[in-house]
Amino acid sequence: MAVETPPTVSEAAPATGPLKVGRGTQLKGAGSLGWLFSAPAFIGLLVFVAIPIVLTAWVSLRDWSGLVSPFNTEYIGFENYNELLFEDGVRRTDFALSIRNNFYYVLFVVPMQTTIAFVLAVILNNKFLRGKGFFRTSYYFPSITSSIAVTLIFLFLFQTQGAVNAILPGDAINWFNNANGLFHNALGVIGIDQPPAFMVENDFMGVTFWQWIAGPSVAMFAIILLVTWTTIGTFMLIFLAGLQSIPESVDEAAKVDGASTFQTFWHITIPLMRPTIFFVVTIGLIATWQVFDQIYAASFGGPQKTTLTPAFLTYFQSFRNSEAALGAAIAMMLLVVIVVFTFVQRRFISSSGER
Amino acid sequence: MAAAHAPGPTAGWRRYLGYAVLIFFALVFIFPFVLSLASSFKTLPDIQANPVRLLADPEYGWTLDGIQGLNTESVRLPRWFLNSTVVTVIATLGRVFLASMAGYALAKMSYPGKQILFALIIVLLAVPGVVLLIPKFLILKQLGLLNTYAGLILPLVFDAFAIFLMKQFFEQLPDELIEAAAIDGASAWQTFSRVMLPLAAPGVIALTILSVQGIWNEFLHPLIAVPGAPELATLPLGLANLRASFGENQPWNTILAGSLTATIPIAIVFFVFQRYFVQGVAATGVKG
Repeated sequence: MAVETPPTVSEAAPATGPLKVGRGTQLKGAGSLGWLFSAPAFIGLLVFVAIPIVLTAWVSLRDWSGLVSPFNTEYIGFENYNELLFEDGVRRTDFALSIRNNFYYVLFVVPMQTTIAFVLAVILNNKFLRGKGFFRTSYYFPSITSSIAVTLIFLFLFQTQGAVNAILPGDAINWFNNANGLFHNALGVIGIDQPPAFMVENDFMGVTFWQWIAGPSVAMFAIILLVTWTTIGTFMLIFLAGLQSIPESVDEAAKVDGASTFQTFWHITIPLMRPTIFFVVTIGLIATWQVFDQIYAASFGGPQKTTLTPAFLTYFQSFRNSEAALGAAIAMMLLVVIVVFTFVQRRFISSSGER
Repeated sequence: MAAAHAPGPTAGWRRYLGYAVLIFFALVFIFPFVLSLASSFKTLPDIQANPVRLLADPEYGWTLDGIQGLNTESVRLPRWFLNSTVVTVIATLGRVFLASMAGYALAKMSYPGKQILFALIIVLLAVPGVVLLIPKFLILKQLGLLNTYAGLILPLVFDAFAIFLMKQFFEQLPDELIEAAAIDGASAWQTFSRVMLPLAAPGVIALTILSVQGIWNEFLHPLIAVPGAPELATLPLGLANLRASFGENQPWNTILAGSLTATIPIAIVFFVFQRYFVQGVAATGVKG
């Protein structure tokens, strides 16, 4: 696995010991040379990545609007976190809504992109198929384009008088201005259009139970479709690489044993692909909790805050609402979640011995 | 070989179903681009009246209004294009150069603190850019780089993944080459630049392509680096703020033409270097 450093000649020598003769140039004055080679890149990483992490943590503990220098501000401990998690008010409600919205976004995007990418990869892996290159390229193409450019294209397609409404039967939908939750809509279809009293009277983090179960809004759903559409190609390529590493003899053996295509798929292909599926699902989880570009360009958190996400809220509180310390606190919580996901993923992947 | 599993009647319909699914998705992925291209040259009333038609209604005809709308007082696409090009070229060159040096050092040199540096890379790989917006803004401000080209470019040069990728590529090269170069009297710099770097060319190309694509499409960084300098906006930043500058009536032909302008350079790079993109995905897989 990538995280482990394969032993190289240079590492076999103790890092600080006296230089041995006859080991090649790499050891001639190696200490300072190694630093000379790596210093420019690492100084930059320190200034623009490592120190910013520490700074985020630091400002999240201060009373800072973002308008003045944070160095003249007051230390307030975990007050920003407290306001986001425990204190009644619009800050907590916004944060809760952003978590709800992002949760539904993840709930839809990750299974959709994983399943469709997997199915397309399985079909494309069929050796009798023609035009593989064309299909692969056309699926992958949206993945390499600018997130902003494709968001604008989707805004065009999903406008009220747009192509999607023209193709879909039924009334035209004002997709990006529709704040109705899909689950609420579904409940409405089966006749539950009035929320039960207890769901309106009780709340969690300032958002009523009824609002928690709303599902993604129609606007968020359009963004879900947009992102799924953009990411399928990448995951399809990863699945395809995984499928191609399954030896043909495995499939043949299953056929000789009389397994049907479906049985082979279910009992052979899927278990063998489990590490790749795990990988795709986890990078899906890591990426979907960071959604920002599409929100900024398509809906800016609206309508009625139904496309607010933690990443967008970080930006909004810091740069548009003069609540930079609050934004930093949100960023820290998001960072913790994502780092935990990433390390869980690395741990499982290295222990499964795959990749 | 195929005869061993001569497709029976069931395999026949299964194959058609397979093709049907593939063609359906090919349409889903391609049609939006084709429709956008066509609509860039249609008139606004035509777009509203016939949103799905690829050809202009003869009543309205084709038009260059959309393209002309890209170079006005508020929409400065040529400028954004220039900025994007400058940022992408300089930041990519810087990134590839510095990451090659650092990756080489991590892979092939021994020096105190190397393990710590590599551990730092592994940690930083997990950190998403979106959580660093505020401090990056602060640091750029402190360094006096806010709303400058330098501030727009410099932070994009430093990328943990690039170093990681180059380290992987250099590790695949045998150490004997370094020793041979030393025997021939090459200095450490000559060994790196004349012997090892050319041998790592596949890695250098893959990283260059990945960086060009990533930096060209980058939105978050310009958003915070040049908030007060519209003349420094890159394409994604300019486009994202485009809609706000129009009111109720969105000039879709202009918006789509702008979006495609941002797409076309990357599309060209993509079609020329397709296999490197595929390698890039594989490399992302390694990144984990």
